[in-house]
Amino acid sequence: MSKINIAVVDYGMGNLRSVSQALEHVAPGKNIVVTSQPDEVASAERVVFPGQGAMPDCIRELDARGLRNAVIDAAKHKPFLGICIGLQMLFEYSEEGAVPGLGLFKGNVKRFASATMVDAHGEKLKVPHMGWNQVYQAQAHPLWCGIEDGARFYYVHSYYVQPEDEAVIAGFSNYPGRFSCAIAKNNLFAVQFHPEKSAQAGLQLLSNFVNWTPN
Amino acid sequence: MGLAKRIIPCLDVTNGRVVKGVNFLELRDAGDPVEIARRYDEQGADELTFLDITASSDNRGLILHIIEEVASQVFIPLTVGGGVREVDDVRRLLNAGADKVSINTTAVLNPAMVQAAAGRFGSQCIVVAIDAKKVDNQPFEWEVFTHGGRKATGLDAVKWAEYMVSLGAGELLVTSMDRDGTKIGFNNPLNRAISNAVEVPIIASGGVGNLQHLVDGVKEGGADAVLAASIFHYGEYTVKQAKEYMAQHGIEVRL
Repeated sequence: MSKINIAVVDYGMGNLRSVSQALEHVAPGKNIVVTSQPDEVASAERVVFPGQGAMPDCIRELDARGLRNAVIDAAKHKPFLGICIGLQMLFEYSEEGAVPGLGLFKGNVKRFASATMVDAHGEKLKVPHMGWNQVYQAQAHPLWCGIEDGARFYYVHSYYVQPEDEAVIAGFSNYPGRFSCAIAKNNLFAVQFHPEKSAQAGLQLLSNFVNWTPN
Repeated sequence: MGLAKRIIPCLDVTNGRVVKGVNFLELRDAGDPVEIARRYDEQGADELTFLDITASSDNRGLILHIIEEVASQVFIPLTVGGGVREVDDVRRLLNAGADKVSINTTAVLNPAMVQAAAGRFGSQCIVVAIDAKKVDNQPFEWEVFTHGGRKATGLDAVKWAEYMVSLGAGELLVTSMDRDGTKIGFNNPLNRAISNAVEVPIIASGGVGNLQHLVDGVKEGGADAVLAASIFHYGEYTVKQAKEYMAQHGIEVRL
């Protein structure tokens, strides 16, 4: 079997076709595999860790497939991109279902305080936070290369991460207060928005990831 | 700056072609769905909605094929609705490349299906479509209709919206059947009543005839997204023109 260039971790929570198709679009000729095999995750050059649905279910399904250690190991040692719940699961604890996460980052996952949220016109802000919001880059990073500061990405989520260590924050958006939407540390980058659904800006980020050589 | 209001071109698909009718009738051919989807993406559409408006079992495979093809070329969210009857239909559409699935008639016949689908795939991909019509013979203002607007249900559209959200709907697509295809504007009082009643985003649909209607849909109707078909299909306006107009009128959009 040929070398796996990119493993998209599949733990049975929904549809990963969008992610793999967008990767195929930016990385033609690469061997991209959607897999729930821990050994394939372990042998891949790069790992994409997506997620949708509810975090307690995601953690449970991840463990049911014996993927926890392979994911943690990849997050520590090879180019790794977390998306949506794949970002949230990296933290210690989530308010959603009051479950512990994988604990790679100190901090919690919190729900938007919907009842108190209004926009500049006094309109109620809806939860889930759904649609295109501006992403501000909190630090220079190879994955932001070619992407304008303040570019819009597509979001759909009700929870966001609150890291203890602000140095890991790579990007933020406002809804209506500032929340962290991108986390970076060494070989790891993780985002709350969906690059696979964010048109040109999203494809640029995925292309940057595919070509990324962390120091 | 924050979250942008979305513009969603809607493609009504039957027998593999995009069509548009007036008040759910008199269908006109508007073109090839994949070609139209690609054009809207280039114009800056924020999402695309496909409604399989005949949705009999014999053309079910056709819409799956169309979604697969669109999803491999267009990297923005895709919603698909029409004839979604069971949780397995949701799974098939998501696997074909849909990001959200819109449930309409089945939500009324079998509300538990909405709950089951949201439980299995997450609320983020479950849209409940509500076709509502102004009525005089009920103790409420707008009644829910099903079967493409042919069957009255006796349900209050606003209460129904709240109930669907309680079962896990992550978004509501609210179509005014009085307005659909008429080009006289959204039913803003209906949309406002539903938007105020629920926490989730609502998409206003039915009746857009000009760009001011889109602005009114957001400002008066409280819509988080506006959906339109014919003004885009027949080239009256591009999505980009619509966004520029909305921006000039103080609405935050993705340009």
